[in-house]
Amino acid sequence: MSTIEINAGFIPLVDAAPLIIAREMGFAEEEGLSLILHSAPSWSTLRDRLVVGQIQAAHMLAPVPVAMALGLGGIADRIDVLQVTSVNGSVVGVSTAVAQELRAKANMPGFLDARAAGQALISLGRPLRIGVPFPFSMHAELLYYWLGALGLSVPQSLDVRTVPPQLMADAISADEIDAFCVGEPWGSIAVENGVGELLLPTCTIRSSAPEKVLAMRHDYAQTQPDETGRLMRAVWRACRWLAQPANRITTAEILQRPAYLGVPSEIIDRALSGQLVTTSNGHEQRVDGFLEFFAGAATFPWKSQGAWIAAQLAARVGLDRDTAMTAAKAIFRTDLYRDHLASTTAEMPGASEKLEGALSVPTAVASESGQLTLAPDRFFDGRIFDPSAKN
Amino acid sequence: MTAPLSIVIIEQEPERAQMIIDTMRQVDDYTLHVISDFRALRQKIAAFNPDVVLVDISSPSRDILEELTLASSPLERPVAMFVDQSDSSLTRQAVEAGVSAYVVDGLRSGRIRPVLDAAIARFHMFQRMRTELEATKQALEERKIIDRAKGILMRSRNIGEDDAYALLRKTAMDKGRRLSEVAESLVTAAELLS
Repeated sequence: MSTIEINAGFIPLVDAAPLIIAREMGFAEEEGLSLILHSAPSWSTLRDRLVVGQIQAAHMLAPVPVAMALGLGGIADRIDVLQVTSVNGSVVGVSTAVAQELRAKANMPGFLDARAAGQALISLGRPLRIGVPFPFSMHAELLYYWLGALGLSVPQSLDVRTVPPQLMADAISADEIDAFCVGEPWGSIAVENGVGELLLPTCTIRSSAPEKVLAMRHDYAQTQPDETGRLMRAVWRACRWLAQPANRITTAEILQRPAYLGVPSEIIDRALSGQLVTTSNGHEQRVDGFLEFFAGAATFPWKSQGAWIAAQLAARVGLDRDTAMTAAKAIFRTDLYRDHLASTTAEMPGASEKLEGALSVPTAVASESGQLTLAPDRFFDGRIFDPSAKN
Repeated sequence: MTAPLSIVIIEQEPERAQMIIDTMRQVDDYTLHVISDFRALRQKIAAFNPDVVLVDISSPSRDILEELTLASSPLERPVAMFVDQSDSSLTRQAVEAGVSAYVVDGLRSGRIRPVLDAAIARFHMFQRMRTELEATKQALEERKIIDRAKGILMRSRNIGEDDAYALLRKTAMDKGRRLSEVAESLVTAAELLS
């Protein structure tokens, strides 16, 4: 079998693991792929490299392809979502000063209580400057959703600023932001540097938020089905491998290499194990389901997930909601997922969209083999999003 | 007469910024500002109120500009980068050269084309220089390792320099590895044994 070269890009984050593991543990090689990985300094750079064809695939924020489908940001081009590569895995943190202020007011909320944490922030009574990695990110969406549901008028009352993940700790120490929502290990790095404390894991705002996806240019996915299928299977197997607790240490050791994250494996392990250190004096907090790569059909690119993102974006920038949702559903390629992963043991759900937010416990659903269990996907305020409902 | 185009260059490396400035000055009359410190980038750009912002795409702070271009009105101007999104070859050239342009105020593409062309040329030149420098550095490092390996062989096997080199080269060929790799393993092994 001849080897096919595929170039893929990623941002140094713990949830870039599926691509990195697909390469390092030989899943790509088994598919006859020579997977070459390129670290990118910023999300816009990663997106543009994908659009102009320097790379064929990328580890991408789930809302970026949706935003592009809606004509927001970047060069107008169609990027498809082939599969979800991670669910949750981000943290909300505050500067040491804000943490002290919360403590002084005696309302430092519990680490797993999204409602209390949001109310505590709002009760500070001034607009906080909050850093997110990119204007189109699950971090931004969850922040708007969370504080909006608690009565803050969004986006007007929020000062949300883009700060690249690697620069988040610097931005806190330079007093450019008071709080942040960022993917690991960069929240833990802020704690490690003594400039911030963790307030909340994002899985408490929404228990199954599609965080990163495997993104590919639409024309490449259409014209190179063989390569696309090979890459999808390699990444899917990497996700399954990552879900085995026994592989955690190996994962942390591989990710810590300078070419990938360049951060000590001990810090990377916090996100992988869900055992977070929340303050610089070493307070630990265990978070179940902090970062999922595979469990609960995490890899399936539900069209309703794209529709939810589109509905949020449309409401904020004033686009037609139905048009936006239709555009987003089209790029979540459940068809490719079903075709290309058919030869694996991947569970195929009977439907391609679902109510988002309706499951509060793991739930068995109809699938081709009847073995599929979905993970809880509740929003903290209990709202349910129906992708087919007309407004 | 129209006012000269006002351009902000975001570049941490002073030499690289200077190269871009030099080229720009040759092409046309521009008002140029360089920002080399990423902190408070938003405020600094706002203070200059430029027509165009040029940024190295290897800079993480590029995402901050992405937000800036969206802030004004995402629907009227969904893309402020690369001026004209229909010109995909220019976009490709720019991405490949490692430069991004963000137009902060509305601007006709005819005026920004020479700016981008000059920036692209300079970025390419800088990239070549950096590649050459790295190649030279690596060659030097390899030279040193090979010399040390030769020394080890000459002492331990009591042979001359040419024979030592020939032995290294033959081993490399037999094993299908690079000469410097073989030399490096030898040096490492010798360190372990000494």
